[in-house]
Amino acid sequence: MTSKKADKISTVILYIISSMIVLILAGLITYILARGLPHISWEFLTQPAKTFQAGGGIGIQLFNSFYLLLITMIISVPISLGAGIYLSEYAKKNWLTDFIRTAIEILSSLPSVVVGLFGFLVFVVQAGLGFSIISGALALTFFNLPLLTRNVEESLKAVHFTQREAGLALGLSRWETVTRVVVPEALPGILTGVILGAGRIFGEAAALIYTAGQSAPALDFTNWNPLNISSPLNLFRQAETLAVHIWKVNSEGTMPDGPQVSAGASAVLIIAVLMFNLFARFLGKKIHKKITSA
Amino acid sequence: MEDIQRRLLQKSKKARLEQIGKTVSFICILFIVVVVAAIFYFVMSKGLATFVKDGVNFFDFLFGTEWSPGTVGADGKPLTGALPMIVGSFLVTLLSAIVATPFAIGAAVFMTEISPKIGKKILQPVIELLVGIPSVVYGFVGLTVVVPVVRRTFGGSGFGILAGTFVLFVMILPTVTSMTVDALTAVPRHYREASLALGATRWQTTYKVVLRAAIPGILTAVVFGMARAFGEALAIQMVIGNAAIMPASLITPASTLTSILTMGIGNTIMGTLENNVLWSLAMLLLLMSLFFNILIRIIGKKGEFKS
Repeated sequence: MTSKKADKISTVILYIISSMIVLILAGLITYILARGLPHISWEFLTQPAKTFQAGGGIGIQLFNSFYLLLITMIISVPISLGAGIYLSEYAKKNWLTDFIRTAIEILSSLPSVVVGLFGFLVFVVQAGLGFSIISGALALTFFNLPLLTRNVEESLKAVHFTQREAGLALGLSRWETVTRVVVPEALPGILTGVILGAGRIFGEAAALIYTAGQSAPALDFTNWNPLNISSPLNLFRQAETLAVHIWKVNSEGTMPDGPQVSAGASAVLIIAVLMFNLFARFLGKKIHKKITSA
Repeated sequence: MEDIQRRLLQKSKKARLEQIGKTVSFICILFIVVVVAAIFYFVMSKGLATFVKDGVNFFDFLFGTEWSPGTVGADGKPLTGALPMIVGSFLVTLLSAIVATPFAIGAAVFMTEISPKIGKKILQPVIELLVGIPSVVYGFVGLTVVVPVVRRTFGGSGFGILAGTFVLFVMILPTVTSMTVDALTAVPRHYREASLALGATRWQTTYKVVLRAAIPGILTAVVFGMARAFGEALAIQMVIGNAAIMPASLITPASTLTSILTMGIGNTIMGTLENNVLWSLAMLLLLMSLFFNILIRIIGKKGEFKS
């Protein structure tokens, strides 16, 4: 075999491998949508789930997913912003910074079950919070912090140093320069990272089954008093999310129309994640255009 | 006069603001470090309780093949052999990495050497979307597509290591691919130019020069994928069958550390041996994730490009 022939053959093989990957994704998405979309209706999206009868919906689970996402973001965005600012603006090159970076790296590579079990042990059992939204949100925060922090740090580092010099030359303190000049400049990158993180959180289940719980008690959507146990806003109620619901329906199998419900729920989950993804892409592109055209 | 003196000696408002800002951001980072330390402390102390408090022999735990912590064996000791789960975890991890690596390298070579245009326009978004698909959805597809296919082709129930390997392969493929792409693009351009100038074809350049230069980066990518596969819980739990016995073949029900952990923690009582030994499994997971981390560091240090 001549080397020219080998070159041709390898090119063909590489084309085949690449198209197989594209086919896998296309197959996955069409399969989920084809199985799930026929089952999605307004009733399915708004009705509560039924355990032993057919025809249940995912209304409460869907609300729980979004609510948990919101609470997690409220906790984790400020912390990761602070941590990212420290790493990019204040951290000196020494053993302490190395140690901190290693810790963040380890946290980001921990399996999400372990994070969930830690949340279960500390918040659910020892702090006595029980299976609740707040326990779930804290567990998800730990899961989310390292990636978000790294994203904030990278976005801040991408801001040109002349911007900082300009701020300092105007007599601003370092902190003021960071909060008034650098962070606004880095906002597009930070936002993109937050949205991508939101997609990840939305689909996470392993960290939640033992923190936010696996059942969704009925909610009274006319009661907006956060202290009432049947209120949707209550932080101390059990809250099964959409991803947990899919897992539970499949592994328990008491629901007669379980396959249809999980197909529909999977489709909703995929659509939500795709939307997060597209939104992040769109936002990044738009802001990039706005900045570079000037 | 005194007023001026006081103002000069006192910290200015700005300096105080600066101090506060620096402290607040440091507290944020400290919080993360404390969380990591707390995770290690709590999981390790719970996991070690099996050996310290309940007196289980550590080697019986690691190499025992019978898992039934609630019952007592012939020698009067509880059956806490975790080898079936350890073997299961390692098997699915290794097999899925073995299947995923050629695909990942192929796609990465395509994206960097053959057609960067198609790579950027089509493969890049495809890979990003694959990363984003939640693991329960992979589990659901595995349960409704992969398991029946395995059942029809090989017989048996369809649940087992083979089905788990398929699901994990698709799950780690995007991670490994995108990191391999980074490794290949990090190879300096003049390596390729030198090879092409010698009359080598594109494939010869890729195979003999670019891929060899990128070996450390590719290894990092594979280890990263393995770490992800090892820690994956729900998707694998849905397709592997969850039987805590030594896997006899690839198509009989088996179990992994994560699958037994997610099944068992809710059904045992805190503080009992049955519960503690599950925390020991969690401790193993934690230590393995640490091990993968160290491995990545070692490979990364050896493979830096000197320019």
